[in-house]
Amino acid sequence: MNAVISQLPPLLIVVPILGALLALLLGKWKRSFAYPITLAMIGFQFAVSLVLMESVMDGEVIHYYLGGWPPPLGIELVIDSFNSFVLVVILALALLTAVWAREGADLDIVPEKRVSFFVVFQLLVTGLCGMAVTGDLFNLYVFLEISSIAAYTLVAAGRNPRSLIAGFNYLILGSIAAGFIVLGIGYLYIATGTLNMGELAVMLPAHYGQATVYAAFLFMMIGFSIKVAFFPLHLWLPDAYTEAPAAVTILIATATSKVTAYAMLRVIFSVFTLQYVTESFPVTELVLIIAAVAIIAGAVLAIAQDNLKRMLAYSSISQMGYIMFALGVANQAALAGGILHIMAHAVMKGCLFMVAGMIIYRTGFTAIRQLSGLSRRMPVACAAFALAGASMIGIPPTIGFMSKYYLVLGAVVAGEYLAAAVLLAGSLLAAVYIWKVIEVMYFGDVHDEDLGGGLEAPVSMMVPVIILAASCLLLGIFVELPLEVVGPAAAMLLGGD
Amino acid sequence: MENLLAFIATRYIYIMTIILMMIGLYALIAKKNLVKKVIGLNIFQTAIFLFYISFSDVDGGTAPIFLPDGVSATYVNPIPHVLILTAIVVGLAITAVALAIVVGIYEEYQVTGEDGLQEVMKRQ
Amino acid sequence: MRENVVIRTVCRLFVPFIQLFALYVIVHGASGPGGGFQGGVIFATSFILLLIAFGLPCVRGRFGRSWIRAYAACGIIIFAGVGLTCILFSGNFLEYAAIETALGIPHLQTLMIDIVEAGIGITVMAVMTSIILDFVGKEEEEPL
Repeated sequence: MNAVISQLPPLLIVVPILGALLALLLGKWKRSFAYPITLAMIGFQFAVSLVLMESVMDGEVIHYYLGGWPPPLGIELVIDSFNSFVLVVILALALLTAVWAREGADLDIVPEKRVSFFVVFQLLVTGLCGMAVTGDLFNLYVFLEISSIAAYTLVAAGRNPRSLIAGFNYLILGSIAAGFIVLGIGYLYIATGTLNMGELAVMLPAHYGQATVYAAFLFMMIGFSIKVAFFPLHLWLPDAYTEAPAAVTILIATATSKVTAYAMLRVIFSVFTLQYVTESFPVTELVLIIAAVAIIAGAVLAIAQDNLKRMLAYSSISQMGYIMFALGVANQAALAGGILHIMAHAVMKGCLFMVAGMIIYRTGFTAIRQLSGLSRRMPVACAAFALAGASMIGIPPTIGFMSKYYLVLGAVVAGEYLAAAVLLAGSLLAAVYIWKVIEVMYFGDVHDEDLGGGLEAPVSMMVPVIILAASCLLLGIFVELPLEVVGPAAAMLLGGD
Repeated sequence: MENLLAFIATRYIYIMTIILMMIGLYALIAKKNLVKKVIGLNIFQTAIFLFYISFSDVDGGTAPIFLPDGVSATYVNPIPHVLILTAIVVGLAITAVALAIVVGIYEEYQVTGEDGLQEVMKRQ
Repeated sequence: MRENVVIRTVCRLFVPFIQLFALYVIVHGASGPGGGFQGGVIFATSFILLLIAFGLPCVRGRFGRSWIRAYAACGIIIFAGVGLTCILFSGNFLEYAAIETALGIPHLQTLMIDIVEAGIGITVMAVMTSIILDFVGKEEEEPL
């Protein structure tokens, strides 16, 4: 590994923060400067993440000691196959969202707030990168809070005054969750005297029976469950996703929720290890049951919604159940499916929310019944929605099918036939709520003739949607590519190394 | 009974922490006024800070200040203090954002209570 | 606001001492309790005192919005700049020892810590002041 690559992990975080400041200062001088800087910085992060993933593909792990202090004194940054994969996924999504937001942001953000919006946008992405690369538990909490505070601000930043209330509720629940997480970290520190994830994994087995460690596990579990909106702790999510500005919904539904899910899997498997959650403190069965309930309940609630964004939000709760399902089954195939689903869900939900945002941008329609006959006015957007929707249902050969295939495979291998059936039922329910929209779009009558044709959104919004819709299909066909990284990542989480 | 007393006598700081935390959570859940919710959040966070500070204590320990050569002393563990300094900054940022949102809600709806807010939402 | 000679005189006397104490706390951070954050907050309290005694226009006049923004950015640029300089001297991020060995200047490490703490202090001071000023003065909105 050469010297430049070994210095990349801190640059991934420091340079964009400097970029955000530059955008703030230059944006004060001339408003149009903020957006290109944000785009360039997220592009830089994406390029760095690609280089990092390329260099850890062969199973190598990059350890970076901040300030040259090795753990337990210093903070360590770790890049391995799992988090480099997550980094690439979220930064790709963040980049596409930033492209989409060039014109999409005007929908909900008043021009005076445009500079601050993009600065905070960039800080949110940077906080997420920090969460992904850190190897220190307390540092994870700090980056979690950096990204969360940015997310609260962005959710509340819209023109729509209801977004303030949604943002406030998100803030209260998110802060309680962060409090629980930091308490859990404190208990782990009491038990072992270190905060480094690698050292904790080595030192914890000696303390497995202690009540301190149980308390730590439960506090962190509940905290992360609130942050990822794992049913029934999802109450902040529907409002936050529905009322937030469209670009923010895309970003938090794809990047934020995925990185938090990553952090949860990381803490459970890399800090507490598989042995702890299956033998010393068997919670996997319970997680499996709750995940099954989440899949069904989220989908049923999604069917009941009339607001398109709210429907997609409930669908997110259901899909988050799939990722937690992987945690409940906890074998190679299921975990590979779960990690694949992190990517799959980010790609397809990003596409669906982008289309929802484009529809609002062009027509102002938010309710599903208003979309009648929309495919004749916005053919490309509706086609992208149908493709991403097919992936959401799990129709082969889309990426959604592949991730669910591995999840079902894992459940069958583990002998959990009932759970596998729940996965299939979840897919059927997804078919119901996606079909409801597609039916209205394609087969409904056109009500308002006065709107005329040619409502297709501007090119800068169209390009990300087409890329995401195409990748729903292409990633499914060439599924070996992500699996090359996902397979080793799942093996590493299960303690294969 | 004596065991219990000994337990309370040695661990009272943790019990106080939990009580403080529950006061904060109560305020977060039960109070209708949004500003009071923010205060509850602060109490909740302060309880966690106190928890960290109390477990860093060492019997007879002094402040971890750099001493000249040849002088030695027992230090309390400085790492939780540093961590909590960071957590205080985080708490400060959350409070600032929360208050900014409350100010925004007030400017929009002229209410600071949840009841009033629900009424306003219904009227719309 | 009513004129109150006592409050104004006392504040006028106190503000420089508070600021001096803040600087002491920042500089002392390398070898004892103290540091950038605490010092920055103490520095910001001096502005709050000014705000209470002399009102918002006085503080805004001395420490305007664009200055606050510039200070907040400047502190982080100092912090990140020192960190990145360490990388240039083939150390890790914020590894002061690398610069010390590369340049051969003794005790440079302590100096670097002070510089970083000063950067943190400047940012914290600016951000704390801006939080309090923004909440006090909603009416004179100057959008970004």
